[in-house]
Amino acid sequence: MPESADTPRGSLKVYLGYAAGVGKTFQMLADGHAAAQRGVDLVLAYFQPHARPDTIGQAHGLEILPHRKIEYRGKIFEELDTEAVLRRQPRIALVDELAHTNIPGSERSKRWEDVQVLLDTGIEVWTTMNVQHIESLNDQIWQITGIQVRETVPDGIVRQAAEIVAVDVTPDALLNRLKRGAIYKPEMVERALSGFFKGSNLGALRELTLRQAAHEVDLRQSAYDETRGFQVPRISEARPSGAVDNQPKERILIHITADPSTAMLIRRGRRVADYLHADCTALFVHQTPELSQLPAEERQAVEKHLRFARSLQIETRILAGIDIAKTVVDFARRNQVTQIFVAHSQVGLLKRLRGKNFTEDIVRLSQDLQVTVVADRSRRQASQ
Amino acid sequence: MVSAKSPFTLRASYCGVYTTAMRVSELPRPSPERILKQVQAEESKRWGAKLKLFLGYAPGVGKSYRMLDEARRRHERGEDVVVGAVQGQQSEEVQAILRKLEAIPQRQTPEGEAIDLDVILRRAPQVCVIDPLAAQNPPGSRHAHRWQDVQELLRNGISVLSSVNLLHVEEYKEKVQAITGKNTTETIPKSFLLAADDIVIVDVPPDLCLWRQGEKLSSTGISNSQERQLSELRELALLLTAEVVDAQLESYVHAHGIEPVFGTHERFLVCMTPHSNALAMIESGERNKERFQGELYAVYVCEPGRSKRERVTIRRYFEAAKKAGASTEVLESDDPISAIVDFARQKRITQIFIGHSAHNSWKDRVFGDPVLRLIRAAEGIDLRVFPH
Repeated sequence: MPESADTPRGSLKVYLGYAAGVGKTFQMLADGHAAAQRGVDLVLAYFQPHARPDTIGQAHGLEILPHRKIEYRGKIFEELDTEAVLRRQPRIALVDELAHTNIPGSERSKRWEDVQVLLDTGIEVWTTMNVQHIESLNDQIWQITGIQVRETVPDGIVRQAAEIVAVDVTPDALLNRLKRGAIYKPEMVERALSGFFKGSNLGALRELTLRQAAHEVDLRQSAYDETRGFQVPRISEARPSGAVDNQPKERILIHITADPSTAMLIRRGRRVADYLHADCTALFVHQTPELSQLPAEERQAVEKHLRFARSLQIETRILAGIDIAKTVVDFARRNQVTQIFVAHSQVGLLKRLRGKNFTEDIVRLSQDLQVTVVADRSRRQASQ
Repeated sequence: MVSAKSPFTLRASYCGVYTTAMRVSELPRPSPERILKQVQAEESKRWGAKLKLFLGYAPGVGKSYRMLDEARRRHERGEDVVVGAVQGQQSEEVQAILRKLEAIPQRQTPEGEAIDLDVILRRAPQVCVIDPLAAQNPPGSRHAHRWQDVQELLRNGISVLSSVNLLHVEEYKEKVQAITGKNTTETIPKSFLLAADDIVIVDVPPDLCLWRQGEKLSSTGISNSQERQLSELRELALLLTAEVVDAQLESYVHAHGIEPVFGTHERFLVCMTPHSNALAMIESGERNKERFQGELYAVYVCEPGRSKRERVTIRRYFEAAKKAGASTEVLESDDPISAIVDFARQKRITQIFIGHSAHNSWKDRVFGDPVLRLIRAAEGIDLRVFPH
């Protein structure tokens, strides 16, 4: 990567919305115009070629960089041309849709990875995304909307952003835009109305966006305060409850298994750790003397989960132990863990008969620790 | 709906636990906001008039522009729009929009100005723009406050677009003052905001807000104490809007009789028993409530045959829970596990806090450990088991 140690990293600004059509790109372009008028060297590096007419109009007058055209299965796709932006070296680059997955054949598989390259060379990036693309919210979104979002952005990437801007619009206004054909082509409107745009979904996603934005704003205040030793009466924590602030730091331990529910457990653990300002570690215990002796299928699943935990900046540990539950609990005690996170899906009579009921065993063994049994958020939705 | 076939009942007197605090008045009933909203909705529904508010955390976020831009778009789509009040200082963009819209000049009196209610009512437009909402009317006006004028417009079938600064919301006045030192005498009750048909937050980063007020632009997140203050206000405004959206979501769910949506907001439920470490759970619950900006509930499932000492302990726990800001309730049921799970579903709880059973009673040996039974029953809800 063409960066030197003394190049300061570019800052990131994210326009956060709750659905297509709330006006994230429009707002970003409007702010881009304002900055360009102040004389800032700014380019529009990527925006949807099939954008909505209002948005295309708003792009007019900005310097637009060419997209990279990639052929895939006989069709031409347009992607962000990271190299072109690097050659141009603007002060600010506007890159639409952070959660986008690049077409096979692109240098990097995700757009947020392209954005990292730009930031590393000191270019400031403004980008857009919806709340449902935040990795740690994936299960909650599934629980609320019944839709599983495939394209996600790791929380750490969003956390890098110096600024988050909430782009808000009422669901009524959004539905009007949708029905006027301002968001999707007519043939897609019906599908949208029965998916994300259905009933209470928009309100719920909107509430999540506002709360997420408030949380991001709060985290940035804490970061600022830590570096400045800043003294301001913090309203959010200034309630008269002396005990609340003198708590020792929480430590969360996530018990990793090959079970698919582990991904959910990792996301939830990450999220709770963020809110509680807690440390977070993930632990896998294998009964075989060596990890390599596990059946291939199980080993691959476990390795996938460990990689996923590391991608969310969770430290991972692997231990051998015949009694899995006991090994987890002993590890927790040795390391001053305050909360063990275990999956709900390992609960039940059948699992107990198969000797796989780690969750209940851990609960029973850790009389002196807190254990959080994380709900399987997909199952409730399925039963509705 | 869950409530219709709920197996738990609130029969506090039976438990001998709670004698004074549980009264009929504390049984679930519509909140004042909901009543006000219903009244307002019924009155304005007859005419189809709607109130839409644009909320900002400080001057300079661009509330007026967002609102007037919507007024312009509605005007261009053929709606009959007038402007009933405008702010003193106007940017060029705002002036450009105002030139396109019909204005009804404010009524001037020696003590100040006020929107000309009679003229607007006679003119009877579809939509009236009132910028800002917070203003005191001069003596001799029909209403003391401008927000009351707005209510009259709505009652007469005129939709209103209006802007509000967080500082002017009564319940936030002190908080904002503690952060900024700024004071105001003119406030609007929060219930008025909760009763609006629509509310939109106009959000910009603090540096841009300061830039519009004439400061220089930094664009690297929070970089000085003024931005730090604004950031605090911004967080409050986002959470206030989230609260309004949550209330709207609940009304929607009620109106359509659909399963409550949950998971948008963290809600903690502490299950108190005489032999659990309830104080530790309440303390942790309070901390979680603060950190997640969530809500805290505490319940006790009443069982017959509790000793006097146990009743005293439970009463102490209730007091601690109330002090921690929890909503408390006594549930009565033969089946404590279902009572807790049903209560949790009804209140859209996302995490249940429960203590480890201290000793295995004969019942536990026959029916299984209650904690493990609750784990199996509480599908879709996280369960946090606390040490004894």
